[in-house]
Amino acid sequence: MLKWIGKIIRGQHDYVERWFHKGGKLERLYPLYEAHDTFLFTPGETTKGGTHVRDAIDLKRMMSVVVVALIPCVFMALYNTGFQANLIYDTAIEKMQQQQGSSFDLEAAKVALKITPPAEATTSDYVLRVFTSNEKLPNWRMPILEWFGFDWTDAGTFSGNFLSPTHLGKALLHGALYFFPIWLMGLAAGGLCEAFFAMIRRHEINEGFLVTSSLLPLTLPADMPLWQVALGMIFGVVVGKEVFGGTGKNFLNPALTARAFLYFNNAPFISGDNCWTSVDGYSGATGLGALAVKGTGGDVAGTLAQMKGTVAGQVIEQPLTWWDAFIGNMHGSMGETSALACLIGAVILIASGIGSWKIMAGSVIGLCGFSFLLSQVQSDIGISAATPMWHLVLGGFAFGTVFMATDPVSASMTEAGKWIYGALIGFMTVLVRALNPGYAEGIMLAILFANCCAPLIDYCVVQANIKRRLARNAA
Amino acid sequence: MSSQKKSLGKILFGPILDNNPIALQILGICSALAVTTKLDKTVTMAIAVTLVTAVSSAAIASIRQFIPGSIRIIVQMTVIASMVIVVDQFLKAYLYDVSKELSVFVGLIITNCIVMGRAEGFAMSNNAQDSFWDGIGNGLGYSLVLLVIAVFRELFGSWSLFGQQLVSDEFKREFAQGLMLQSPSAFFLIGLFIWVLRTAKPAQMEKG
Repeated sequence: MLKWIGKIIRGQHDYVERWFHKGGKLERLYPLYEAHDTFLFTPGETTKGGTHVRDAIDLKRMMSVVVVALIPCVFMALYNTGFQANLIYDTAIEKMQQQQGSSFDLEAAKVALKITPPAEATTSDYVLRVFTSNEKLPNWRMPILEWFGFDWTDAGTFSGNFLSPTHLGKALLHGALYFFPIWLMGLAAGGLCEAFFAMIRRHEINEGFLVTSSLLPLTLPADMPLWQVALGMIFGVVVGKEVFGGTGKNFLNPALTARAFLYFNNAPFISGDNCWTSVDGYSGATGLGALAVKGTGGDVAGTLAQMKGTVAGQVIEQPLTWWDAFIGNMHGSMGETSALACLIGAVILIASGIGSWKIMAGSVIGLCGFSFLLSQVQSDIGISAATPMWHLVLGGFAFGTVFMATDPVSASMTEAGKWIYGALIGFMTVLVRALNPGYAEGIMLAILFANCCAPLIDYCVVQANIKRRLARNAA
Repeated sequence: MSSQKKSLGKILFGPILDNNPIALQILGICSALAVTTKLDKTVTMAIAVTLVTAVSSAAIASIRQFIPGSIRIIVQMTVIASMVIVVDQFLKAYLYDVSKELSVFVGLIITNCIVMGRAEGFAMSNNAQDSFWDGIGNGLGYSLVLLVIAVFRELFGSWSLFGQQLVSDEFKREFAQGLMLQSPSAFFLIGLFIWVLRTAKPAQMEKG
């Protein structure tokens, strides 16, 4: 059956192929045809020159494995985004109920939490809100959720029930309404740029943008305005990749370039205390943010156990244990919260030979080594006093190490270089987290820094190798 | 280049697009990063650099026969520095606010490679009149790049032009491009400017 379908599609492709060749009427669109053809079928051409690496796997299949490895992270992104939002709405309404007693009015509470849209909201307001983050505009997701039967009165069932089946459907639905618009926007913007350059420069469309546009949403907060996602993606693809000649010639990871651009360009939407959940008007630090504050006396577990946020005048307790942080029950960028999901992704990447285990191991060693040294020094800042165990699960370290640092294009190529490159990332991450008061999280800057150093690391490794061999032969 | 007699038009307008000091020679980048967040700063700076380049080039050209080769850089520096001090004092006297914002960067015109480069590369081997127009031309080339960058940076960074805010506060809060107010954005913009220019004029592309 499948073979039969394949034959039909093959026949169609062969039929239209001549339109796209030189002199054909759709000549300029050849990259689009080529991308579609080689995505569905293994290309017939093989390398002929002597300098090519021959491998059964090609770039497209490689990128597909990365996308598969991302699935656990995407699942956790959907689930956790929805779970945290549901928890905050439900708890806030319960608290209002307790406070106001018999005078409690559910409708008034919903207005205060911006669940119910303002009466004067028009359709164009909803459309505008799809692309921007203006909290005065009505949130278009709320009517959809209410239609699916959300009544926001499940408070009390969340504690200790992370990932329990009772919350699964509601959390996934709520999360999907945040994740997929961002993902689609990134895909559209990245795909358009990629296709545009492919046509002008007559190179092939690279499926790299599928990975880039899947990675980017996972590193962004849930309520990132869509226009910023598109802008970041365009910057990442054009300045991070196409300027240098396309996939394989970029020295920075395009997804991280996009995130770094947004981080510096639209700081209020991607840093600070107000952006880490999708709930409008909610303010609460991430684990790393809470630990970066002075005066905690170096008590990491205690500080995290007392974390809280506020929304509409209600204080919501958000205690964070190590186990929560490991599974991903915490605030942060959508895909980065769960170290467990990243671990599953790491296993897939290593087992399929796509991701380098040396880079991952190197950065874990770098992180653990330096944070262990720091934790031995008495410090008033929580994050300096944190043990390696905490550093591993908090923030985006797991995600960055597994999916960003191992990008084969921008990482070190030499085997010894991979260890150095990884260790540099781990070391720099702790350096920025613990010793730089400006930034709470350091993994993004650490990886970009290591990307820049990778060619130098490779050069030194190669030179050392040449020297050693010369010395050996001279003797 | 120096020995051939060039027409006035070529001397004056050549440096604007064909031989732009920033886009082709990659000179004077530092001040392009520092003074382009606001248009009024940029315009003042552009006029100052153009005047300094023109007058110092003319002055150096008129005494070029008497400058001993071994100390010519020192003599050029002295002339340029005097010019810069005049401009600095003038700004302090008549445009105090702008001069305060430009702070150290007026003084740093001395180290602007364009001024030095024209003195050494053109004025030392041409007459005073040509050197003056060459200085004006290079100043205009510098000004063009600076103005383009400043328009982008002020418009998208703070949604204003010459300090006049063009949009509502609400719009600004959502759409302000924070990166535009930081120096790296000028690097990106200069890079994009060079990209556009060299796509239009492929002769400027470097080989290799």
